[in-house]
Amino acid sequence: MKNTAELPDLAQGLLAGARENEQFEVCLSRGRSTTVKAYLGQIESVRSGASQAAGVRIVVDGRQGFATAGSLDPEVLKQVVEEARENLQFAESDPDQGIAIPDGVAPPGLDLTDPAVLRLTEEDRAAVAIELERRCLSSDSRITGVRSSAWSDGWGEFALASTSGIAVQSEGGSCSVGVQPLAMQGTETQIGYAGDAARRPDALDLDRVVSEAVEDATRMLGATKPSSEKVTVVLEPSVAAAFLGTVVGALTGERVIKGRSPFAERLGEQIAVAQLTLVDDPTNMESLGADNHDGEGLAARRNVIVDSGVLSQFLHNSYTGRRAGTSSTGSAVRGPRSTPSVGIHALSIAPGVNNRDELFAKIKKGVFIRGVNGLHSGVNPVSGDFSVGAYGQRIQDGALGEPFREATIASTLQRMLLDIVEIGGDFEFLPSGTGMTSIAIADVALSGI
Amino acid sequence: MSEKMLGPLLDRDLIQETISTAMSKGGQWAEVFVEDRQSASAEFDEGRVESMVSSRDLGAGIRVTVGEATGFAHTADLSLEGLREAALAAAAAARGGNQIEPVALRGQGASLNRAEILPSTVSKARKVELTRQTDAAAREVDSAITQVSVRYSEGRRRILVANSDGVFNGDDQTRILLSVNCVASGDQGLQTGRETVGYTVGFELFDQYDVEAMARRAARRAITKLEARPAPSGQLPVVIQRGGGGVLFHEACGHGLEADLVDKGASVFRDRIGELVASPTVTLVDDGTMGSEWGTIAIDDEGCLSQRNVLIENGVLTDYMWDHSRSRSSGREPSGNGRRQSYQHLPMVRMTNTFVMNGEIEPEDIVSDTEKGVYVAQLGGGQVNTATGDFVFGMTEAYLIEDGRITAPLRESNLIGNGPDVLQNIELLGNDFAMGSPGTCGKDGQGVPVGDGQPTLRVASLTIGGTAS
Repeated sequence: MKNTAELPDLAQGLLAGARENEQFEVCLSRGRSTTVKAYLGQIESVRSGASQAAGVRIVVDGRQGFATAGSLDPEVLKQVVEEARENLQFAESDPDQGIAIPDGVAPPGLDLTDPAVLRLTEEDRAAVAIELERRCLSSDSRITGVRSSAWSDGWGEFALASTSGIAVQSEGGSCSVGVQPLAMQGTETQIGYAGDAARRPDALDLDRVVSEAVEDATRMLGATKPSSEKVTVVLEPSVAAAFLGTVVGALTGERVIKGRSPFAERLGEQIAVAQLTLVDDPTNMESLGADNHDGEGLAARRNVIVDSGVLSQFLHNSYTGRRAGTSSTGSAVRGPRSTPSVGIHALSIAPGVNNRDELFAKIKKGVFIRGVNGLHSGVNPVSGDFSVGAYGQRIQDGALGEPFREATIASTLQRMLLDIVEIGGDFEFLPSGTGMTSIAIADVALSGI
Repeated sequence: MSEKMLGPLLDRDLIQETISTAMSKGGQWAEVFVEDRQSASAEFDEGRVESMVSSRDLGAGIRVTVGEATGFAHTADLSLEGLREAALAAAAAARGGNQIEPVALRGQGASLNRAEILPSTVSKARKVELTRQTDAAAREVDSAITQVSVRYSEGRRRILVANSDGVFNGDDQTRILLSVNCVASGDQGLQTGRETVGYTVGFELFDQYDVEAMARRAARRAITKLEARPAPSGQLPVVIQRGGGGVLFHEACGHGLEADLVDKGASVFRDRIGELVASPTVTLVDDGTMGSEWGTIAIDDEGCLSQRNVLIENGVLTDYMWDHSRSRSSGREPSGNGRRQSYQHLPMVRMTNTFVMNGEIEPEDIVSDTEKGVYVAQLGGGQVNTATGDFVFGMTEAYLIEDGRITAPLRESNLIGNGPDVLQNIELLGNDFAMGSPGTCGKDGQGVPVGDGQPTLRVASLTIGGTAS
């Protein structure tokens, strides 16, 4: 059955059923999303839907039980509570386990509820998807097709309430586009990609998406396999974000307290070159990762993780903070479907001063990495081993040269942080919410022929 | 065997009415997909049961097509009103065709669960005990094992697929997965070892499967890697142990043989049916009917019976894999490869269990025939660019081969190759076929369970992405 009750009311209703000895936390969400894809100038598909989710976490004597469902149906919610209660009986006690306790930090008070996406019509959405495809096809004669041209938008509400007195709610929307043009030359095909995301449709930069996607595909035509050697690599911002995202993943409470991080014992030590400062700042509205609260309902806050190369703090949720003898850094990440983990909301690097060409100008022999793959298979965040598939362009005598592909770059996360030679001044917020620049790293193993 | 037959997930008349509503704006074909998924998991970490989680999802996705345009809407509200609303939303997005009357639903819509012991009938205490037993076995291997985490998960997925061609089919899939991750600590830092077992089967799996042996393998893998040296950088022959690297074919050519990618010109295998695309020893099969393997299904998520499809026979490309819409526009039968992550997703062409059949060579001879190379005992995940055929995959357990013998263990790194080149470069194929670990294949943001397998084999040359010169 449809449940149109306000989420905070629904959450309080469930909370009322908590037993005296229970720490009880309810997390609810509801949303709508639409994706429109275009192909050959026509709408290929329109996918829309409503989704609901509920998660209930109960802790008794340090034993945690959790259950979740993709529904807000009152009967289902009742079952979810019973399941969570049953599950906790099988967990073993951990004195630090428990829900978040309010810590007095005030939320940043961001207004993230721009209703612009709610006014979108099917025609608006289709027009953008069709336009993106058309512009890719007409921008360069080597673009012979577009594998996918898509528009997506969504609107969601979230509410979290607990017996420790936390009661937060939020709602907001976002929209995104993505396009994959195909470039052909002779018998060779290259596929490119670019996308953008924003809270408002008019903040999407379609010109840039088209030019980046087309460049991504055409620039790789004629690419060859490079020779194997140690070189200086320049990571473009999205690649740098993937690299540093993995590093920060190893700086989160869960990994650290469980001894699964190469940086676990290194708090307060120099782990990177002095030019590197990394901040997780969800209070910055410019990032799409901005939020008023974390996944346990504590206020979002600015955390300096690496300060001029020194590991200044780990990220924690309530549980890992208690275990580490400190407190939550407001870094709980979760939806109603899972228990809170620890992660970044809006990672940001402190930019350098030189633009990308100036970075290249200092490199006699190197490679510019435009994209990587196999991050999930080739990076071990426990040992720090780093090896990923890479493609991009050669750098010769300070200038960009011929494209290369079918290569890998390898080092370790620990070494790469110390081998950074320069951080670019080309700061941008990526669709993922990460604020990043290009980064040059010396002495990386490039494997090809 | 207590085979369990259940009636349709939703009432036939309700479905029939929903299909009519979906086609009421001029839709030419419509489909209702209903899914009820129940899952549970237990996490054992740091020597204790950390959490038990249960999860439930129930909903429907409604699809309408007019010509090449598709409208799709999903809902968690399975009432008459909820289905009607979703059907109209889907219809609004695919309208204006010549009205076609839907065919009356045929078939029973019933589903058969092949699990002997439904996991839901087993006590949670027994599942917790299983994780504890696995943890203990791993820790006993060596005091250098400093961390062990074990995850048990079970899922039951009942589906019902009905469409305006009269299809009314159900399936009832039960899967069980147990994985163990070990961390070993040594002078050179930390190393990891992982093992996973997963089948489309009930809890009877654990009557036959030795979870302690699996835990010991994972622990030994982490211990062995403590002594590992950096992997080479550059091209070398690569021998892959049986069952350790079916993902090679999944990435090297599997994705490129998916008809949706082929149709859009995003595959290096386009227009190559009938050509010799691989070494003549290679026969590649995708088989959704394969026993209780991880990628096995009775029907696909478009209601089509799963089947065994030969994709490459003795090196010659024989067929692509198909879903409903691609096979219809090409005027041929589907191949049982239309799959989706959940009722909230549109189906597309996906693999099931993809494997290379046996060759004739003794596996020991493959190693002894290799003067210098890399021996891969276990590959991790991979990724492919289907337009160029370039693919990577990670080596999670690998060794050097020197003078025909397996020698020093190697640190983790990626391998990179080009699909069409690698297929031609399979120079030795063993006679010791085995299926590999269960996998989740991701495509356009949707994950589905897949299996893979191969005999021990040698690729003449792959690029090893290590750091040693």
